[in-house]
Amino acid sequence: MSISLPALSAQLLVGLINGSFYALLSLGLAVIFGMLNIINFAHGAVYMMGAFCAYFLLNIFGIGYWPALIIAPIVVGIFGMVMERTMLKWLTGLDHLYGLLLTFGLALIIQGIFQNYFGSSGLPYAIPSELQGGMNLGFMFLPIYRGWVIVCSLVVCIATWYAIERTRLGAYLRAATENPTLVRAFGINVPRMITLTYGLGVGLAALAGVLSAPINQVRPLMGADLIIVVFAVVVIGGMGSIMGSIITGFSLGIIEGLTKYFYPEASNTVVFVFMVLVLLVKPAGLTGRAT
Amino acid sequence: MKNTISALLLGTALAFSVAGGAFAQDKNVKIGVLTDLSGLYSDLGGQGSIVAAEMAIEDSGMKAKGWKIDLVSADHQNKPDIATGIARRWIDTDKVDILADVLNSGVALAVNNVVKEKNSIMLNSGAGSSELTNTQCTPNTIHFTYDTYMLAHSTGSAMVKAGGDTWFFLTADYAFGHALENDTTAVVKAAGGKVLGSVKAPLNTADFSSYLLQAQASKAKVIGLANAGGDTTNSIKQAAEFGIVKGGQKLAGLLMFLSDVHSLGLNVAQGLNLSETFYWDMNDGTRAFSKRFAERLKTHAMPTMVHAGVYAGLLHYFKALDALGSNPHDGAKVVAKMKEIPTDDPLFGKGSIRIDGRGIHPAYLFEVKKPSESKGEYDLYKLIGTTPGDQAFRPLSESKCPLVKH
Amino acid sequence: MTTLTEDTPRSSDNRAIGDEMIGFIVMAVLLAIVPLTGIYPFFVMQGLCFALMACAFNLLVGYGGLLSFGHAMFLGTAGYCSAHALKVWGLPPELGIVVGVIAAAGLGIVTGVVAIRRQGIYFAMITLALSQLLYFIYLQAPFTHGEDGIQGIPQGKMFGFLDLSDPITLYYVIMFGFLFGFLVIYRVINSPFGEVLKSIRENEQRAISLGYKTDHYKFMAYVLSGTLAGLAGSLKVFVAQNASLTDVHWTMSGEIVLMTLVGGLGTVFGPVVGAFVIIAMQQYLAGFGQWVTVIQGAIFVVCVLTFRRGVIGEIAHYFKRSL
Repeated sequence: MSISLPALSAQLLVGLINGSFYALLSLGLAVIFGMLNIINFAHGAVYMMGAFCAYFLLNIFGIGYWPALIIAPIVVGIFGMVMERTMLKWLTGLDHLYGLLLTFGLALIIQGIFQNYFGSSGLPYAIPSELQGGMNLGFMFLPIYRGWVIVCSLVVCIATWYAIERTRLGAYLRAATENPTLVRAFGINVPRMITLTYGLGVGLAALAGVLSAPINQVRPLMGADLIIVVFAVVVIGGMGSIMGSIITGFSLGIIEGLTKYFYPEASNTVVFVFMVLVLLVKPAGLTGRAT
Repeated sequence: MKNTISALLLGTALAFSVAGGAFAQDKNVKIGVLTDLSGLYSDLGGQGSIVAAEMAIEDSGMKAKGWKIDLVSADHQNKPDIATGIARRWIDTDKVDILADVLNSGVALAVNNVVKEKNSIMLNSGAGSSELTNTQCTPNTIHFTYDTYMLAHSTGSAMVKAGGDTWFFLTADYAFGHALENDTTAVVKAAGGKVLGSVKAPLNTADFSSYLLQAQASKAKVIGLANAGGDTTNSIKQAAEFGIVKGGQKLAGLLMFLSDVHSLGLNVAQGLNLSETFYWDMNDGTRAFSKRFAERLKTHAMPTMVHAGVYAGLLHYFKALDALGSNPHDGAKVVAKMKEIPTDDPLFGKGSIRIDGRGIHPAYLFEVKKPSESKGEYDLYKLIGTTPGDQAFRPLSESKCPLVKH
Repeated sequence: MTTLTEDTPRSSDNRAIGDEMIGFIVMAVLLAIVPLTGIYPFFVMQGLCFALMACAFNLLVGYGGLLSFGHAMFLGTAGYCSAHALKVWGLPPELGIVVGVIAAAGLGIVTGVVAIRRQGIYFAMITLALSQLLYFIYLQAPFTHGEDGIQGIPQGKMFGFLDLSDPITLYYVIMFGFLFGFLVIYRVINSPFGEVLKSIRENEQRAISLGYKTDHYKFMAYVLSGTLAGLAGSLKVFVAQNASLTDVHWTMSGEIVLMTLVGGLGTVFGPVVGAFVIIAMQQYLAGFGQWVTVIQGAIFVVCVLTFRRGVIGEIAHYFKRSL
């Protein structure tokens, strides 16, 4: 296949769209990991719940896409906080791996229940009428909705980064990660903060779910395989910084997009191959601190 | 304890049969529905296959003739290991006579070996692999409903005839996808069409836009989707987003079921072409069955061709048993009888079971309706072509099945 | 921070070794009489393969403190290689097993170089990602036949005279394979190597300061665990007579973790018990249909929240013994 610039730029743009999802998901994982020291294996399941939530809002309550963009993350976020309060809380002080195992179990339960009630082939969710159609960019036909996904995800990622790195609340958050006892001494309710952080991370995943509902079929297993790719993204980026996970998410989307053009057969494995290469050179990941 | 009781029962049964004059009057049958109840394929088989088997037992009228039919079911979780484990246990200890549905090719090929070894019966409805009646054929297996060869032929030739003579394939990058692409390519070329190219996408790709852009750029009249399940539904949904069908290209789903189209909705799926051997809204017989079926299912879904195949296949099995007069508990013998009598049921019409185990009946090419044409939730297809049974499946002259003598 | 496992008495003391020897003899005798009891032998054989798998996994996590979430890659790799050797190359069973085990060992060396670089959760995620990479490779490689899998693998005659198509013979071959692997693991745990491994799990910094090259020890444990998991995979080929993608999928890795967790991480017999519990569940709960995954998830949650020592671990803790 000859390389043509228009086709290449089209693939780059498409890669960026995928990168938006990776960025949102790995950002949520990084936020949770920073605060709770837990790798949230249920992240794919809550992503799926976000998409389902949007579907229910539309088909039961008649609430459209735009409100769902706000409501679904809040609803799923509350669900996440309940999960944290009732279960994850009891693992404080234990080996981090127990958190991984617990959330793995939770993911199985959530996905299994959705599968039982809604079947495996999924449910339809239409693109909101405002974002239907597309525009001709000269080198490709870009569906407007795809453009919206990139913009929305970028805004949310940067807002989250700002909230954590540049605001007072974020400062408490970061301090509580370093030394919870000290922060408590300042009169701050650390457990509540942990719960809220978990809710935030889960909410980000749910937002990604709502964003993807019009593109991908709303299926119970839609997050099951995606989560492993996101894990690889997280390993590559390192858990060191919020910005790191955002940038890694977007760049891997682009790398994947390029692979789809040059050697499509490898597009599902390229992220993992890249992970191996990074680990051989920089074991702590691209932005991570050595542990 | 249990053994003593069964020994006693056996003794009594023997006494009775001797007294009755005929030695073999065993009229007990046990059916096992082995399917995916929890995974990816649970909508096209799953609970519906169990319901279809129950209905077949009730509708067969075997009870009135003195037969006692039991039904067991299990979830193979799409794992060949679990499936063969259950199959062995069912055949060895539970004395199951026939395994029905057995969807998913990997599972079906594994169970195929067990069933042959134990001289039982597999009545396959859900698996796609045409190898079941080709190199892997056995005297114990019947592949009733459909296979990939048929799908490729029906869709490929009918679409070229309808003017879709240039093709581009979006292929799932593994054995199944390659086979489907190669089969269809051969058919398209034989019918005078041209294949402009293909792109291989890994399994479980979430985003098909890159591939769809390439398909769009090829300017082919037909984009053949040689993939399955979630890959197919996602690629169709995203094709609608990129305006591929609106731009004049046609999509052909090479392996799709009613449940997939229903879950996509007509807005997205309209204009799609696909082949099936059964659709609920074909005639009075299919409508009557489907209505009863949907009422019994929790989700009220209309039957897929896999469900229909379980039902019709079991009816035919009962017919063979009835002709034999008693259950010989000999898989190969019953299957031979099933191949001997022609099939005739309200769902697939008149047909036969070929020597290689292939169920023969017509294949239909459908187009998915526009939302404006549809009169109900399941009013999804319009018929645009029929391939007669003797042309739809792999001809025996090309068969590598050892049972076929050339 | 507490580690994943806790030993009650040190297993190196005499009473512990005595308990474990008795446990081993009881287990061996029970297994030897299975064919006489009328218990369905295929179920036990499948259980034994997974028990060996879980024991190999346990060697790494229970004694090395490294939780691998991709151990299915060894099971699947050995399975595919053995199956290919038996079916296509027509090798006798014993060589088929050797091919599979060597393949698993090779995979262990290659992936070990990458995975050992990080610990804890990172290690879990890296192994998971590596196994997913292999999954895609096997899916696309022609010799695995994609989702159809390698089917109808001949069982053949081991050493020229043991006919493996006879269920009883096959059962004893599998049983010996399992007991052999089990003893290897047991021997390793109680060797000086095992002691160093445990000290790394307890406190890696201390082990380093004592002059141990901890990375070497972890690497060796990883390769050994992978190799023995490969043995389990090769044996399983003879029982199931097929090799398929489910054996390399990440859900299989999850099941292996679940087996060990249910039985008891870091206990000698725990993984065996856990494997049988989970396999029995899959076989006999198959009638429950769609709820199987939910039940598995619930067991995970319950185990982690209330039952972290697992079945054998709780028993051992109660009697203050090591099992």
